[in-house]
Amino acid sequence: MSTANTAADRPIDSQGMNYLVSAQRRFFTVYLPLGAFLFVLLFPFYWMAITTFKPDEELLSHEGNPFWVNNPTLAHVKKLLFDTAYPDWLWNTVLISVVATALSLFCSVLAAYAIERLRYRGSRYVGASIFLAYLVPPSILFIPLATMVYQLNLFDTRLALILTYPTFLIPFSTWLLMGYFKTIPFELEECALIDGANRFQILVKIVLPLAVPGLISAGIFAFTLSWNEFIYALTFVSSSEVKTVPVGVVTELVEGDVYHWGSLMAGALFGSLPVAALYSFFVEYYVSGLTGAVKE
Amino acid sequence: MPSPPSALSRALDNRNVLGLLFMLPAAALLLLFLTYPLGLGTYLGFTDTKIGRSGVWIGLENYEFLWGDAVTRLALFNTLFYTFIASVIKFALGLWLALLLNKHLPFKAFFRAVVLLPFIVPTALSALAFWWIYDSQFSIISWVLLKMGLIDHYIDFLGDPWNARFSTIAANIWRGVPFVAITLLAGLQTISPSYYEAASLDGASPWQQFRHVTLPLLTPIIAVVMTFSVLFTFTDFQLIYVLTRGGPLNATHLMATLSFQRAIPGGNLGEGAAIATAMVPFLLAAILLSYYGLQRRAWQQGSGDK
Repeated sequence: MSTANTAADRPIDSQGMNYLVSAQRRFFTVYLPLGAFLFVLLFPFYWMAITTFKPDEELLSHEGNPFWVNNPTLAHVKKLLFDTAYPDWLWNTVLISVVATALSLFCSVLAAYAIERLRYRGSRYVGASIFLAYLVPPSILFIPLATMVYQLNLFDTRLALILTYPTFLIPFSTWLLMGYFKTIPFELEECALIDGANRFQILVKIVLPLAVPGLISAGIFAFTLSWNEFIYALTFVSSSEVKTVPVGVVTELVEGDVYHWGSLMAGALFGSLPVAALYSFFVEYYVSGLTGAVKE
Repeated sequence: MPSPPSALSRALDNRNVLGLLFMLPAAALLLLFLTYPLGLGTYLGFTDTKIGRSGVWIGLENYEFLWGDAVTRLALFNTLFYTFIASVIKFALGLWLALLLNKHLPFKAFFRAVVLLPFIVPTALSALAFWWIYDSQFSIISWVLLKMGLIDHYIDFLGDPWNARFSTIAANIWRGVPFVAITLLAGLQTISPSYYEAASLDGASPWQQFRHVTLPLLTPIIAVVMTFSVLFTFTDFQLIYVLTRGGPLNATHLMATLSFQRAIPGGNLGEGAAIATAMVPFLLAAILLSYYGLQRRAWQQGSGDK
């Protein structure tokens, strides 16, 4: 439809308003606002990237064109990778996110299957309370969790984060997977039951292969949520070698009054790139996870 | 030949027993690290617990103190102001962006993917980019405005109370608009084109189509999306912590950041827990709103007939 929407090409059309809208008007009502949105939404990333490669003289100068780099440098990146604990933070973030995601998916698959397909007594109420659990924000849980983490001797360990991240990952993943399991026909399971398969075999061999898109959605979403987590990681961990990227960059790269903007932005850029890359490979799954969780 | 079923395998055939078994891992983690801390947090709010010292029950003393505390009152005002302004603008811009993305565009999938980027990356890290953009001496916004001749000195984005409030709100909107836009877009795509055909045959203008077709059909999902948006904004922590730490003069302290400051660096766990607990009634109100929205949606889809 959009290929021929100038009024001159097709003066009369019965299929809708689009053909009557002139190209010029479409430019002002669609492309211009869309361009403005994209510019504002993407500018901070451009600014992060350009700052990363700018030498300090250019960063602290009011002369010249600030939107471009004249003498790109890798000094900030080098400082970040070799003079700070950034590689440790990166490794911690990967490790904690992967383990917390795997743990949450395991729990969520079993729980979602039980709620949606076993339909045990009271499963409807459990399903509703899972949704409510999804709405509990970390901001009201971190203080009691901090006291528990102290008492369990988990303070300043990766395990503290691996065990607490599932509190927001499980409700989300379970809710999402319940939606996917709902769409798998009961007849498939009945056939398998008649053939003598038990419930666990049915889950692993029939339901899970059919729910792979749901598993990917939940996995990607859970991974980015753990990667981006901030308040628990800020509260439950204090040594540099246990910190995650967001907390490490915010608490350790900001030194005194002189801000090292170059390495700070390099830290922000390289902390954002892995999730952005993962997201770009699985956009459709991510979006269906996002909208599925809200729509169900 | 299958052997006769043992008591164990018969128990495993019972859906209640099996259901319980399957629920065990999730239930154990959630009860221990979600339900219990919720109760513990409420309890801590009634005690004078400090870091390294377990407290005693002091009843409503924390709440009485906080009620008279000017900083807490300011934080409550800031939170409501921040949530209200940010949510309204996020809704307006998000709906606009969703409608733009719903037009027949080339590279539609690409646009949709790119738009969601601010929501994907860690908020703490994008907040750092905003910190740099808002810098009082090297802000790029000030540089551009100065070159255009609109201002004569650099704007102190984060140093002045009202500037800081609006700057943090702007950063929050930047992060939240993609979420609202993409979820509303998903809602828009479920609306059948035949409604629009019928409306345009009846001579409805684009505005009338939006007002009488799009909006009513989108209302249920708007209710849910905005509930989530309000919930996230009300409990926001990272953005403020990175950009201002609640300053200047507590002008940007939200309840979440104040609760953190009193509890962790300040050591008053009881007082911090009381502030956090005071957010719960507001969250409950938001959740009830969501429930109402979901009910309406179910009714519109006709599932009430079952």
